Amino acid sequence: MINTDSNKQINMDNLAPDIRVQTFSEVATGYTPQQAKAEAMRCLNCKNAPCVQGCPVAVKIPEFIEAIKNDDNQKAREIIEQTNLLGDICGRVCPQERQCQSKCVRGIKGDSIAIGRLERFAFDVTAPNSTAPDSTADFTTPEPDAKGEHATNPQLNTKKVAIVGSGPAGLSCAATLAQAGIKVDVYEALHDFGGVLLYGIPNFRLPKNIVANFIDNLKSKGVRLYNNVVVGKTIKLSKIYTDYDATFIGAGAGLPRFQGIPGEQLSGVYSANEFLTRINLMHANRFPTFDTPVLIGDNVAIIGGGNVAMDAARCAIRSGAKHVTILYRRTEAEMPARAEEIEHAKEEGIEFKLLVNPLQIIGDDNGFVKSIELLKMQLGEPDSSGRRAPEPIPNSNFSLDVQTVVVAIGQTPNPLIRRQADHEQIPLNFNTKGCIVANEDDFETSIDNVYAGGDIVTGAATIILAMGAGRKAALSMIDKFKTHKQG
Amino acid sequence: MFKIIDKQNLNTDVVRMLIDAPLVAANAKPGQFIILRTHANGERIPLTIASSDPLAGTVGIIFQKIGKTTNYLAQMQVGDFLSDFLGPLGEPTNLDGYHNIAVLGGGLGVAIAYPIVAAFSKKRDVNVDAILGFRNKDLIILQDDLQSSGANVYISTDDGSNGVKGFVTDILQQQIELGKKYDCVVAIGPMPMMRAVCNLTKTHGIKTIVSMNATMVDGTGMCGCCRVTVDGKVKFACVDGPDFDGHLIDWDEAIRRSATYRPQEKIALDTWRETQSTQHECKLGNKVN
Repeated sequence: MINTDSNKQINMDNLAPDIRVQTFSEVATGYTPQQAKAEAMRCLNCKNAPCVQGCPVAVKIPEFIEAIKNDDNQKAREIIEQTNLLGDICGRVCPQERQCQSKCVRGIKGDSIAIGRLERFAFDVTAPNSTAPDSTADFTTPEPDAKGEHATNPQLNTKKVAIVGSGPAGLSCAATLAQAGIKVDVYEALHDFGGVLLYGIPNFRLPKNIVANFIDNLKSKGVRLYNNVVVGKTIKLSKIYTDYDATFIGAGAGLPRFQGIPGEQLSGVYSANEFLTRINLMHANRFPTFDTPVLIGDNVAIIGGGNVAMDAARCAIRSGAKHVTILYRRTEAEMPARAEEIEHAKEEGIEFKLLVNPLQIIGDDNGFVKSIELLKMQLGEPDSSGRRAPEPIPNSNFSLDVQTVVVAIGQTPNPLIRRQADHEQIPLNFNTKGCIVANEDDFETSIDNVYAGGDIVTGAATIILAMGAGRKAALSMIDKFKTHKQG
Repeated sequence: MFKIIDKQNLNTDVVRMLIDAPLVAANAKPGQFIILRTHANGERIPLTIASSDPLAGTVGIIFQKIGKTTNYLAQMQVGDFLSDFLGPLGEPTNLDGYHNIAVLGGGLGVAIAYPIVAAFSKKRDVNVDAILGFRNKDLIILQDDLQSSGANVYISTDDGSNGVKGFVTDILQQQIELGKKYDCVVAIGPMPMMRAVCNLTKTHGIKTIVSMNATMVDGTGMCGCCRVTVDGKVKFACVDGPDFDGHLIDWDEAIRRSATYRPQEKIALDTWRETQSTQHECKLGNKVN
């Protein structure tokens, strides 16, 4: 039954919590065509389109929703693809309530339009059938060259671009370039492609066949993808950027942060990156069918309040933990995680212990985690982030018995590129945080024709910002190629 | 996919393989490592680069059959393909400015020590003593390679069946007492052996570099699995190492962390051996029928 209250969003169906904690299948099952149309009908098609201003890649939102209203889902997809080739991914993982949907006029009196769900719908319903779910290439079996069918502009189809990293920034850059007929080679350090879309975001939030389909689609456009290549190590960075007409670095924010509290080196303490990689990339939840193990005790504590913390908690409950607790030092109102993820986590029985700060992790005689000592906090004055700062309540210590601790408090840029740039004495500029410095308008770095975007430039941010950066860098390259015909 | 070009058993437990990996071979330096995955369900394990031939495009690895992955790898044959082979990773061993170097290798550590010995004993003004320890004479590996490298080779065995009876630390102590003035010691082997070497060199005030063979997943600094406390600071063996100043390592912690997955390693190996033996029975049945 579709609700008819125009102030309310059409609900999207979810797998029942008791079923979904036993599987990594996607939780949100997506709109039916009827549901999508009903939700689209709520859109007021505002002339000034405030939603578009809220979108980091300026998707023409009212226009694609209008197409859904008219049952032209293919057109809806094409409108989105004008600025975003990864709408099925963004529709699932963007924090829409802070972006497009936060500006929606409908949101003043009731619920905003469910833009993300509609974006996802437009892509899912028009998706070509997947061919190969597992798609990897390497140097011994390169993919065939571009057939040239997309190479419409003779100034562009002689150009070659290298992309470092196959995460959201790199993929979006590759797709945009390939569309213009430019030859693209993507280099990935891991054994499979997708970066954080693969090792970070769990299948229940972003089914991996969506990423695989996108990769297949890139290959069909002639993009060559190479796994097992660490640029800077396997191939010198300087070789890459001299061999190609342009280079895009989207190496991500690879280095996990720890709190620096005692006990973080105990067995059973993981960075969120490691925990998620073991499960999502290496399938440790299916050990010993898969060879990689992961330690998941009955009681698991996750430190942090972002989407990564929610992902880790929900992976833990699906991988054998009996009780999972999120530990966060502020309140739910300050949590950076998407509201929907928090809601899903709660439905799955994840406990939220708010206003607590870990002091130390305590181990048993063999060095395995036994418990975690916490201090209660209260909210004080707003801090530099604009959120009320947590302050400790003296002598409020208490401890929780846990066997696994996952630290999900963020990442810093991967130091590998910087170190290699130093070794190779390449004039690539980095800021004090270790991020590559790139122009805000065209994403070019201190080296001509070397571009960078995503978390390696911004520090840990969102997938959509990384995709936006990849796309804009690609457009700048294309512009430059067209202007400097000989370059 | 990465082809196995050559395979050789160095002793009953240790295997040397040459892998076709031209890009790794072109850039590899002594002290660096690779990460490999044997097959799609496999785990990613780090192995030190034992040799590299840029012209032939091959990389040598030497490993001991311990867990499932190394046993699985040891069963693979020349012509088979490894699913993944990533490298060269980590920082190369840096011995610039040292002239009297003792390289101590214990057991499989000798394989890791070999490229370092080979590289630095070639230098004109550098004297390298290679001090190698094994449990017994049957486990001795790479003796000929090391002797032809130009280094002075000393061997110890726990049972005295070859060379000095005792440990590498005994030989090192002896050489120091005989008046050898080492300005740097490189220790590579099991963590307790490296710690013992560090304890000895500390009393003599000799700079000591160790190669930390930590557990890893991605090997590029992304996961933090390989963290080691060095001088009170957390370092990642994959990108900051694998070489560290051995006098600054928190050995208790490092040894403890290296045992994290011991029960799982046993489960993986046992489960695999079980499937191996059932597969074998199946084949027999087919023949009888």
